[in-house]
Amino acid sequence: MTGALTARPEGCESPPGGAPGPAALLQALETVRDPELDEPVTALGFVAGCDITAAGHALVRLRLPTYFCAPNFAYLMVADAYDAVSAVPGVAQTRVVLEEHFASDAINGGVAAQAGFARSFDGEAIGELDGLRADFLRKAVMAGTDQVCRPLLASGTEPAALAGLTLGQVPPSRPLDRLKQRRAELGLPAGDDAPLLIDPQTGAPVTPDGLPLHLRKARLTRTSLEANGSICRGMLHHRYDSPGLHQLNEEEPE
Amino acid sequence: MYEKDGEKYFVVDSHMHYWNAAPDNWVPGAEHYAKGWIECFHAYQGLGPPETHWTIEHFQKYSEDDLMKDVFEDGYVDVAVFQPTYLKEWYKEGFNTTERNALMGEKHPGKFVYNTRFDPRDGDEGLKTLAANVERFGSKGVKLYTAEWNNGSRGYKLSDPAAYRYLERAQELGIKNIHVHKGPTIWPLDKDAFDVSDIDHCATDFPELNFIVEHVGLPRIEDFCFMATQEPNVYAGLSVVIGGLMHARPKFFAKVMGELLFWVGEDKMTFGSDYGIWEPKWQIEGFVDWDYPSDEFSDYPRLDTAGKKKILGLNAAKLYGIDVPADYQLPAEAGEPGAHEVLAGQPEEHAASGA
Repeated sequence: MTGALTARPEGCESPPGGAPGPAALLQALETVRDPELDEPVTALGFVAGCDITAAGHALVRLRLPTYFCAPNFAYLMVADAYDAVSAVPGVAQTRVVLEEHFASDAINGGVAAQAGFARSFDGEAIGELDGLRADFLRKAVMAGTDQVCRPLLASGTEPAALAGLTLGQVPPSRPLDRLKQRRAELGLPAGDDAPLLIDPQTGAPVTPDGLPLHLRKARLTRTSLEANGSICRGMLHHRYDSPGLHQLNEEEPE
Repeated sequence: MYEKDGEKYFVVDSHMHYWNAAPDNWVPGAEHYAKGWIECFHAYQGLGPPETHWTIEHFQKYSEDDLMKDVFEDGYVDVAVFQPTYLKEWYKEGFNTTERNALMGEKHPGKFVYNTRFDPRDGDEGLKTLAANVERFGSKGVKLYTAEWNNGSRGYKLSDPAAYRYLERAQELGIKNIHVHKGPTIWPLDKDAFDVSDIDHCATDFPELNFIVEHVGLPRIEDFCFMATQEPNVYAGLSVVIGGLMHARPKFFAKVMGELLFWVGEDKMTFGSDYGIWEPKWQIEGFVDWDYPSDEFSDYPRLDTAGKKKILGLNAAKLYGIDVPADYQLPAEAGEPGAHEVLAGQPEEHAASGA
């Protein structure tokens, strides 16, 4: 499935004529996330192939764990991959193909034509997917809150003290960066002076009274996302023998 | 029934199937859907122990003898609840119909409960079929697959007026248990098809009915748990949770179980093997032996033997009025309450800081 890319060493010289190499495309694809799982499509193993011609014609092949994965999320991944690859300097033309999915034709054709979701699924959808994306970003914020707070609690921070912390008072970490980024994407307070704990719907700080339930919900949301991710990985592994490009093996929670 | 360390477990498999998904049952022109569906199920089986995996050919169509052996002889199940899934747009005779189940089940009296189904998009005809099925098969429950395709429609919400009409009629007919399975498609496609808020509305408006959310609302466990906390008649169907996680991802399984025990509680969780996706034997053996793998899970509620007995059979026996022999019953009200009992009448922070 990995096609031409694996035949070439990664990070190879750009083909003549200034077109970027596949490594640059993959780097762009690292920024594309499964909106439901909040993980890069590369890490999840969803990138089956990625290639570019000397003339700058890029072809990305995506795959999903099942034939019936939700078409709205699938559409977002294909559309985001299209946008990310198209933005790479030197890419003259982009084609993204979702393989072996019940709605492959509608999605691939719709994204290629820049038709938007509602027109790609004529009569089956009434709007675009911005609301859906925001709903899932809010879940990512909740899950990310648990990822940031759990180590703090483990190292002795009293739960009650969390409600008084700002983002800038939390030691730097990758989960913290990620949380800030997701909050910024939603237009929620994400600066160093913003409270660590906020309602992902309104942006209002979490009060000491609401804190225990907020933390419970954060942990529950993280558990849900991680369990879904692990099932998706298991299904993908069953469906395809070979790993995806830049796929990461998941780690079970410690 | 299952016995381990002197403890006796009465086992109700509350979610299992007898399907035919072989090519002879594929609707011409829809073969790719029929094939895609069963291959997707088969991939789920891949999450169980390797020695329990079947070939795709066997998986597409297993026999009555296979089922009786896997579920009852080897699988410890006392009573199994057939949950039909029609999918007639893709499978000529249906994937797994009430008729097919009953035809097999009538040869084995006392072993099966026949649930039926309805589809609110089937109008008046569907209501008549529902009544006929309840009369013929004695159904006390229905299985609803909200993402089922029907004449160009890609699914429905349980809060649709048409669905309410069916729920009202089902209740009149004596149906008690509504098993709901969410899927990836629903109109409109731009909304989250797995959203469980429609079940929340129904559970409030039909307090006499029990809503068993299969696969605990996966992939929306968080929304499901929060809803179940607030609705006394919402249950967690554990099919897929045990089959899909206990072997493949034991730590995620522990986390999910911990959350379910906290938010939903052991009185409202029911075992279902999801046979033929997974055989019940390894699931029951593993579940009875299960405990949290480390101290890291110490702020989740414990699950003791009494709780396991409830989840494996006693809860579902109650829902379906199945007689349980005296030595398999629990002495008194044993076990731990779920979050909704704890949350009721207590300040939030107490409940949320640990059951």
